[in-house]
Amino acid sequence: MNDAPPLLSVEGFGLEFRTRSGTVHALDGVDLAVRKGETVGLVGESGSGKSVLSFALLGISDRAARVTGGRAAFGGLELTRASEADLEAVRGREIAMIFQNPRTALNPIRRVGAQIEDVLRRHTTARAAELRERAIAALREVNIPDPERRHAAYPFELSGGMCQRVMIALALACRPALLIADEPTTGLDVTTQAAIMDLIAARARATGMATLFITHDLALAAEHCDRIVVMHAGHVVEAAPTAALFAGPRHPYTAQLIRATPAAESTIDALAAIPGNLPDLRRADLPACRFRARCARASARCDAPLPRLAPPPAHAVACWHPLDEARCA
Amino acid sequence: MRAALRHARYVLSDNPVTLAAFVLFSGFVVLAVAGPWLAPYDPLATDTARAMQAPSLAHWFGTDALGRDILSRIVVATRLDFGIAVSAVALSFALGIALGLAAGFFGGWWDRVILRLADTIMAFPLFVLAMGIVAALGNSVANIVYATAIINLPFYIRVARAEAGVLRNAGFVEAARLSGNGDWRILSHHVFPNILPPAMVQVSLNMGWAILNAAGLSFIGLGVRPPTPEWGIMVAEGATYIISGEWWVAFFPGAVLMLAVFCFNLLGDGLRDIIDPRRRT
Amino acid sequence: MIRIVALRLVGALPNLAGVVVVTFLLTRALPGDPAAFFAGAAASAEAVEQIREKLGLNRNLVEQFGLYLRDLARGDFGQSLSTGQPVLTELVSRLPASLELTFCALVFATVVALPLGVAAARRPGSWIDHLCRLVTTAGVSLPTFFTGLLLAYVFYFLLGVAPSPLGRLDPVFTPPPPVTRMYLIDSLLAGEGTVFRACLAQIALPAVTMGLFVLAPLARMTRASMLGVLSSDFIRTARAAGLASPTVLYTYAFRNALLPVVTTLGMVFSFLLGSNVLVEKVFAWPGIGSYAIESLTASDYAPIQGFVLAMGVLYVLLNLAIDLLYGLIDPRVRLEA
Repeated sequence: MNDAPPLLSVEGFGLEFRTRSGTVHALDGVDLAVRKGETVGLVGESGSGKSVLSFALLGISDRAARVTGGRAAFGGLELTRASEADLEAVRGREIAMIFQNPRTALNPIRRVGAQIEDVLRRHTTARAAELRERAIAALREVNIPDPERRHAAYPFELSGGMCQRVMIALALACRPALLIADEPTTGLDVTTQAAIMDLIAARARATGMATLFITHDLALAAEHCDRIVVMHAGHVVEAAPTAALFAGPRHPYTAQLIRATPAAESTIDALAAIPGNLPDLRRADLPACRFRARCARASARCDAPLPRLAPPPAHAVACWHPLDEARCA
Repeated sequence: MRAALRHARYVLSDNPVTLAAFVLFSGFVVLAVAGPWLAPYDPLATDTARAMQAPSLAHWFGTDALGRDILSRIVVATRLDFGIAVSAVALSFALGIALGLAAGFFGGWWDRVILRLADTIMAFPLFVLAMGIVAALGNSVANIVYATAIINLPFYIRVARAEAGVLRNAGFVEAARLSGNGDWRILSHHVFPNILPPAMVQVSLNMGWAILNAAGLSFIGLGVRPPTPEWGIMVAEGATYIISGEWWVAFFPGAVLMLAVFCFNLLGDGLRDIIDPRRRT
Repeated sequence: MIRIVALRLVGALPNLAGVVVVTFLLTRALPGDPAAFFAGAAASAEAVEQIREKLGLNRNLVEQFGLYLRDLARGDFGQSLSTGQPVLTELVSRLPASLELTFCALVFATVVALPLGVAAARRPGSWIDHLCRLVTTAGVSLPTFFTGLLLAYVFYFLLGVAPSPLGRLDPVFTPPPPVTRMYLIDSLLAGEGTVFRACLAQIALPAVTMGLFVLAPLARMTRASMLGVLSSDFIRTARAAGLASPTVLYTYAFRNALLPVVTTLGMVFSFLLGSNVLVEKVFAWPGIGSYAIESLTASDYAPIQGFVLAMGVLYVLLNLAIDLLYGLIDPRVRLEA
């Protein structure tokens, strides 16, 4: 790893939703860094705030969302303070994003080629005559067979896996420096999943692109990521290089998460579910450690504000009673 | 039931507009029931000496070309207008639910024939079909009721058919059938009660439209005949004067008609929120 | 494309047949003596007998239906008692006036309702959303004949900005040379600017009256479907790809939101054609609606039957056009055919 400043650096980021049934404290004090060319996994249960964070970074949050603090810098741009016009210029060109359910994530009544051309037209100086060629080239890069013909297809004429390839082509058309992949394989069958993950990895290698890979599937993250960041209830609880994290998880939640992940050799008995649920994030008196109610190691000390995470690439943990690195394997 | 009432109270307190519409509706019901006793003048008494008087303290809504008190005529007309709308909607409710149930529950030929009937009615602009029916059946109030009932029929058929089609295969209906209940008993005891809520929403949304429709028919001279007071015909009587400045003859009956329809539409929206919160838009 | 049109045409046939059968039944199979109906209240016994003969009322219902179809195929819709003219001739000569009015009302309603619905959906809970909700609830509550009178009173009597609300053109002007018989188009074709402006002034009030009535379903549907589309996955994708806001709003959201709106056009036309009759009466607009009302007042039934049939056929054709339009916008429908 290098010592250059990270491509994306998020510090102390907080966000809440104002809803009719109360304010949801969705993110609190989130630290995250992604360096050039690196693949970082953002892992957690659904509702832990992974997607909320990525939408907020792109400035495409729900209307009810409000950033409550912290900063998020991408290159030289302060994302939290940037104007809508600046954000629009960065989205799709510098930071691209792909989503789950590729079939509904594409405009159903627009030809897929035209959708890629829309992005190229917006972010490049390509002349009208070149747009078609470049869109076809983008489709070819994601290994879509017969891209000239697929250029004129509508999403409903393509399979789910093919739609996700189109999504990737659309996202990568402008050679972004960072790709945020939000559960890109959910809703696809297993063989297609592997092909899509390999494709993303291959494109990242080919273009030196960094990837922030959001998933609830720890095993999938382990397979593809250089580093893993674990989120729980809007907090980052642990961040470490993949190997270190699996060798010695230090946060009780991560340890349970790893135990709950079926490995090839494990039996059903070894599958431990994590007791309890995520706390209600609408509560005004959320505990300092939001894992406290589910944690066997909790003590009075856990009422104090959580310790700050050490900066990467160190093995960072936000816990007063972390597991010993050596002891847990 | 208690939960439903609590929900209704919650929706009403949360939604002052529905509450206001309900109060207004109650006012109209009082007028419809007690109109003849409440009217300050005889709605049919003509007095040429007092013809075309603008609104005053004696005649709040003014007088018409024959010197009749417009307020009294509007008040007395409430019963007729509501009567037409209520009977028409009740008719199409009863017939439409029966047909829709048969279509959805028995399927096959029943379904094809009944659906074609509904489609054929819907193939016309509905007001035009109502005109044609009244013209053919003869010019009477009863025929306005029939015509209005017929053009509303498809909506009830569709609601009942859709629900019955789903319910036919629902677990509790299957259970009732296995425990030896006949078709008729299943329809009346198990399917019909489940169709009631969406059908009631349709009723309240339909009422305003039925009034509008009936008033429109009498505006063009169908059904109600002078000198019977009725809102649509009163607007028609005042139409000739409005461009010479005597606005009150047509204005007040038209405004009351509009208010009644508005009230029903608000109630309909409110009822839909109570019965089916998911469809709230 | 031709295949799709042909398919839709075939699909519309049952409705067309239904319209013909219902109009036939309305005249023949009802209680009372249809011959007396058609002869009119003041007819002599021989006149009634003559009509009975002509309509074939002494034959059975199936034969009568055959005769009815034969007459329709020949373009024989019967004769008007009051004018002595064949019904078809009158309908054809008056139809352009009605179509012109209906079309203008639709344009007005669309131009107001779509932007209103879009604006309301973009900012739920804002003042424009409340305005939209008010307009949609109030709009469907408007008795068109009453709003027409009200508008005439305000804009003609009080403000004096509208011309006398009678007919298609102020009598001081000569109608433009007939090509389409729609005055607005004909006057443009003839290059008569003043006549065009006079026609426009004349059609404004009745068109707005009708338009106000159908504005409600259009705005309501636009708002609802735009709300749904704006929160859909592909809009998020478009925004994440950094597409400019107008592109996201119009090329992506609006075109998708239009699909359900096009579907409601069927109901909108039902409202429009129905209220046409009332508005034509209020503004003495010489279309087929006022033809029907004049005949009603004269107890002249052949024109009314002809009118109901013509409206039914027109409505079926309009629905066919809506179907085709839908296919043009939605590739999923187009390619399934």
